[in-house]
Amino acid sequence: MLRYTVRRLGQLMLVVLALSVLLFAWLRALPGGPVSALLGDRATPESEAALRADLGLDQPIVLQYWRFVARALSGDFGTSTGVQRGTPALDVFLQRFPATLELAVLAILIAIAVGIPLGYLAARRRGRILDNLSITWSLVGIAVPVFFLAFLLKWIFAVQLGWLPASGRQTGGIDATRVTGFYVLDGILTQEWDAALDAFVHLLLPAIALSTIPFAVIFRITRAAVLDVLDEDYVRTARSKGLAGAVIRRRHVLRNAMLPVVTTIGLQTGALLSGAVLTERVFNIPGLGQALALGFERKDFPVLQVVILASAMTYVLVNLLVDLSYAAIDPRIRTR
Amino acid sequence: MALLEVRDLSVVFQRKGEDPFAAVDGISFDVSPGQMVGLVGESGCGKSVTSLAIMGLLPQRGVRVGGTVEFEGKDLLRLSDRELADRRGRDLGMVFQDPLSSVNPVIPIGVQVSEVLERHEGLRRREAALRSAELLERVGIPDPGRRLKEYPHQLSGGMRQRALIAMALACKPRLLIADEPTTALDVTIQAQILSLLSELVRDTGTALIMITHDLGVVAGMCDEVNVLYGGRIVERAGRHELFAEPRHPYTAGLLASIPRLDAPRGERLTPIRGSVADNIPWAGGCAFAPRCPNAVDACVERGPEMTREGERLLRCHNPVGRPAPSEEVPAR
Repeated sequence: MLRYTVRRLGQLMLVVLALSVLLFAWLRALPGGPVSALLGDRATPESEAALRADLGLDQPIVLQYWRFVARALSGDFGTSTGVQRGTPALDVFLQRFPATLELAVLAILIAIAVGIPLGYLAARRRGRILDNLSITWSLVGIAVPVFFLAFLLKWIFAVQLGWLPASGRQTGGIDATRVTGFYVLDGILTQEWDAALDAFVHLLLPAIALSTIPFAVIFRITRAAVLDVLDEDYVRTARSKGLAGAVIRRRHVLRNAMLPVVTTIGLQTGALLSGAVLTERVFNIPGLGQALALGFERKDFPVLQVVILASAMTYVLVNLLVDLSYAAIDPRIRTR
Repeated sequence: MALLEVRDLSVVFQRKGEDPFAAVDGISFDVSPGQMVGLVGESGCGKSVTSLAIMGLLPQRGVRVGGTVEFEGKDLLRLSDRELADRRGRDLGMVFQDPLSSVNPVIPIGVQVSEVLERHEGLRRREAALRSAELLERVGIPDPGRRLKEYPHQLSGGMRQRALIAMALACKPRLLIADEPTTALDVTIQAQILSLLSELVRDTGTALIMITHDLGVVAGMCDEVNVLYGGRIVERAGRHELFAEPRHPYTAGLLASIPRLDAPRGERLTPIRGSVADNIPWAGGCAFAPRCPNAVDACVERGPEMTREGERLLRCHNPVGRPAPSEEVPAR
């Protein structure tokens, strides 16, 4: 198990290295570039050349990459040129990371908490009303664009009904102590319950919007997996022993059906990140998604590099965790 | 008094847009306490469906079960799901065909044995684990303490089948149904499992229904043999009578297709021609008629009724071994 984990972490390093090369080259191949983004219409050939030299963009790309790697190894990922000009790119990332993580975690929790039970029930009541309704709902969840749903939720529950806040991470002017940057967690740690609740309420609408696609996928996979498992011989064996329905469901059906679902959950973290770009925009949450959007608009190479590399690392790490939990569920992987 | 009385059992599968299909078509037989009864026939003859119907393990939708299955005077088909679940594993045990797919791959063997004990005998986890170890030892699994913690993929096929037998016999049921328990195993292991089964059944006084396509399996252990064809019993006799003198052409055909060591050199096996796909419905004649070497005109005009010859039951217009128009009499 330990050797496996170490080997996977080694793979992670390779993934990050390969991605950094691709990303570096790809960003610099984009039309425009930070110089024209920064100078805009006021650009003269002289000022452009000066700025280009200032940013080190006049150097050969191999040399640029070499410098980037050398600095990155000491924790210096360059300085933001557009998102938050003058701030170290790593700081931009660290400031925004908690907001996105908080949102993504709540979204995936909602997707799991609704998707798995509903998928299970739909499989048990196959072909009946609940099954058909859930399938339709999950189809809608996949088909409706995230930003549209986000706007819709915001318009209904924030603007029309006024039940939930429309934007931001916390009500302005609330007395909240910052500890970790995770606002809900901060509120709990400092026992400022009103601040924690306020931050949580702010998360609800964006998290629901963000959870729809992972929910739909988790629901579908759970339903299919449970249907498969219900037909298995070992479920018949369990019934032939006269076991109580609850024991059969928990011990024999759900446990086996969870294997494909767990894999799906890992893969959905990628979808969460891309969804966060749009959701954060709609709800005006200062998170990574917003940094990405702004970064592309203003061609902020350092920020884009840090954010995308870190996101890729998160993705690989989450899937490593998924594989490890897979081994915990399935002894055939563990004891091979 | 019989332990199990199956009367006129029928199982009809009904799918939307398809004609209903009677997999089991009016089967009746008895099992006395401690008796070993064989249900024999090729794939599709309804033997497995019969066993699932007795256990109440058929899917609930799209299946119509008729007749009665009285176990100690109670009709199992009329019991509620809960009452039936109380009896399964306690009064009725079942061993399935494929020992790999019939055990849960992600749960230790020990738990799968002790969950029966916890369910029906109210044992605590510790006691159940101790009893499970004894059971595994009893079915011939060495080092049971270690095996309890192992997972199915760590056991050989034969061991898995032994473990399944331990699960089925854990609560000392009065009836054990074994559905092709040796089909998925190596020949050497088959013999071991069969002798283990008959030994356990004899020791515990459990009655056994042995379901198989292999007459060799019933030859070794069953007191009485029912030969099934097309969802009906076509011949029933005691083991010795059946093997000494098969009367139904289908039984005779099954016997002739078993390889025998004492047969003269160079003698060919005689297969039964055709397949189940050639069956005609019983309503219009004998389902076996299209494949039968003894078929006469009557066979395709009306279905043969069950007739009694002493202890033997027979459903045939033109049985083997009696002066008959047929010149071809299959070897015994």
